[in-house]
Amino acid sequence: MSKPSERVALVGSPNSGKSSLFNRLTGLRQKVANYPGVTVEKTVGDCVLPSGRRIELLDLPGTYSMAPRSPDEQIVRDVLEGRRESTDGADLVVAVVDATNLERQLYLALQILSTGRPAILVLNLIDAAEAEGIAIDVPALTRRLGVPVLAVSAKTGRGVDRLREAMDAPRGNGHGNGAANGGMADGTPAPPIAALLADPNDPARGYKDVEAIVREVVRRRPKPNPLRIRIDHVLTHRVLGPAIFLLLMATVFQSIYAWATPAMDVIDAGFTALSGGVRAALPPGPLQSLIADGMIAGAGTVASFLPQLVILFFFLALLEDSGYMARAAFIMDRVMGAVGLPGRAFLPLLSSFACAIPGIMATRTIESRNDRLTTILIAPFMSCSARLPVYALLIGAFIPDKHLLGFVGLRGLTLLALYLFGIAAALAVAWVLKRTVLRGRRPLYVMELPPYRVPTWRSVLLTIRNRCVLFLKRAGTVIVAVSIVLWFLATYPSGHPETRALEAQARAAAAAGATTEAARLGDAAAGAALRHSFAGMLGHVIEPAIRPLGFDWKIGIGLISSFAAREVMVSTMATIYNLESRGNEASASLRRILPGVTDPRTGLPVYTPLVAVSLMVFFALACQCMSTVAVVRRETNSWRWPIFMLVLMNVMAWGASFLVYQGGRMLGWV
Amino acid sequence: MIAIEPPITRTLSTVASGARALVLRIDGDEHFARRLMDLGMTPGTEIALVRRAPFGDPIELVVRGSHFSIRRSEADRIHVEAL
Repeated sequence: MSKPSERVALVGSPNSGKSSLFNRLTGLRQKVANYPGVTVEKTVGDCVLPSGRRIELLDLPGTYSMAPRSPDEQIVRDVLEGRRESTDGADLVVAVVDATNLERQLYLALQILSTGRPAILVLNLIDAAEAEGIAIDVPALTRRLGVPVLAVSAKTGRGVDRLREAMDAPRGNGHGNGAANGGMADGTPAPPIAALLADPNDPARGYKDVEAIVREVVRRRPKPNPLRIRIDHVLTHRVLGPAIFLLLMATVFQSIYAWATPAMDVIDAGFTALSGGVRAALPPGPLQSLIADGMIAGAGTVASFLPQLVILFFFLALLEDSGYMARAAFIMDRVMGAVGLPGRAFLPLLSSFACAIPGIMATRTIESRNDRLTTILIAPFMSCSARLPVYALLIGAFIPDKHLLGFVGLRGLTLLALYLFGIAAALAVAWVLKRTVLRGRRPLYVMELPPYRVPTWRSVLLTIRNRCVLFLKRAGTVIVAVSIVLWFLATYPSGHPETRALEAQARAAAAAGATTEAARLGDAAAGAALRHSFAGMLGHVIEPAIRPLGFDWKIGIGLISSFAAREVMVSTMATIYNLESRGNEASASLRRILPGVTDPRTGLPVYTPLVAVSLMVFFALACQCMSTVAVVRRETNSWRWPIFMLVLMNVMAWGASFLVYQGGRMLGWV
Repeated sequence: MIAIEPPITRTLSTVASGARALVLRIDGDEHFARRLMDLGMTPGTEIALVRRAPFGDPIELVVRGSHFSIRRSEADRIHVEAL
């Protein structure tokens, strides 16, 4: 296909229905990327015009003003003024306004028109305006502004064909070409926009101009929408408001945490079957292992996040598009403000208790860069579901099944303490970050509480699709690459004499029909292979660094391998101790043998309750998750923040485990 | 000579929920004032304080038919004449 010949930019304030219009015009022919050098997302799509010409449609970030305050607004201004190198400005600007409130929306539109680019003004949400009894004299507005003005409903599609035709009309340069634009029916020369907006930097005067235009063209002035008032009365009620908020959040959390599990299990089973198929189809050897254990395992990790992402972005799109998210931020601002975060940080942090990946991707609703970065950096401290298998193993093996005061279980209490520890660490880090690296004036909190709207399936589904594509393309590739590196470390160098001998014995046992013995020897061979691999060597290399935490080199191997995902710790430890690592047996058998493992040099137990607590504290804080690193890289559009996070979390984990282990020893615990 | 009393000014944060007021001036840096004026809060504009959030802060305003929420610390810098 040929490259689109022209670029058309959609500009408007948030909540003007700009993105719905974009979705209506482009459908599935859209993609999300980043503007170079900034974290602002760039949404572009293809749009076919009636003449068959294809244009590139750019959905610019929502903005309230042409006087930029944020990177988002700076992008809008740069594109409109043609200053951004990689975007080359726009050949045509479509200014989108919410027709239900022309008085406040037209000021931005006038600022946009006064940049002098060829422009079309779209009165979006026209059906909602008519339902509220607002009549706009479109021909009069066209005459007054000198650009084509079209009444459109992105939701129903009304007026969209005429918008396509207007976008297709031949254009000259700059404004004042109203007739050539196809909008001026009577052919009168259009007044220059500058005459409409005497000083773009004087809002007081600008609004006077707007008031004059609105008096001319709007026949019934908007009244407060009584339905909205009634809904707000309930949703932001002193008692009901927070209660409904908590109920909604609990539903979202429950769905990511529990409802995604069946789909994740299916995906997991699918990839396990795929890897089994590859093992059956290819001869044993490096290629079989690379594909089955490296690539497919990595792809499986990536795919297993999709159910959670689909569910989260489904809710996120519903909450955002309906207008509820702004109310949630309104309710929670005071509470979250206590730790210096905005109300919108609540849902990302809550989601992170299921998994930091969807949590971090949900931070995109936070407008301020510093607030968003702080939320991203503390999200991985929330105790995610991948930590649970590790906690369950260590608590089951080392924390006695006793009850305090007869009813408070010590094991449950330990788990609760780990969750609270993660939250405390997150809040402490947020507090420090907001006073150091992410210091800065508290961003202006001026937030629109938009009217309630029924979300459209089109927008909800496109949001889900775009988020998943972004995750697969930008984070997924990193995750697969790291999986292959981790596979390599755990597989090579291969062929150590001990491994070979055990493999030969296993084959002999299998040939003799002793299947149990063959399986035992096979597990032992896998354990030997791992212990003699690069990962095994690295375990020895890092042992001096983790010795003060109470960890030996075998735990070191587990820490390295579990960078793939925290729960991999369990299967890796099973392999190291020559146990069957697949299936549900691994954790149970480990729980049995770990307390009896002794250090051959000293004859003392390797694992004591103190070591177990130290290891759990390490897992609570350490960034043992390549997917988190990859997704932070994708969301911040740089390696700087993921590396900062990795170092910060691991230094904290080391320090806390050191204090626990050494402190415990000084107090005489073992 | 008749002394003309200036209107009684107060900050927006002291306006009661449900009450209306006229914007007189906005204190603080230019950045802050410009942002609010871009949203339509120009001197002489009538605004209404709809409600306070459940935990007391922020507050909800109606400005030219649009609803906004701003924090009390920000409302402290907006001088109004109660209507």
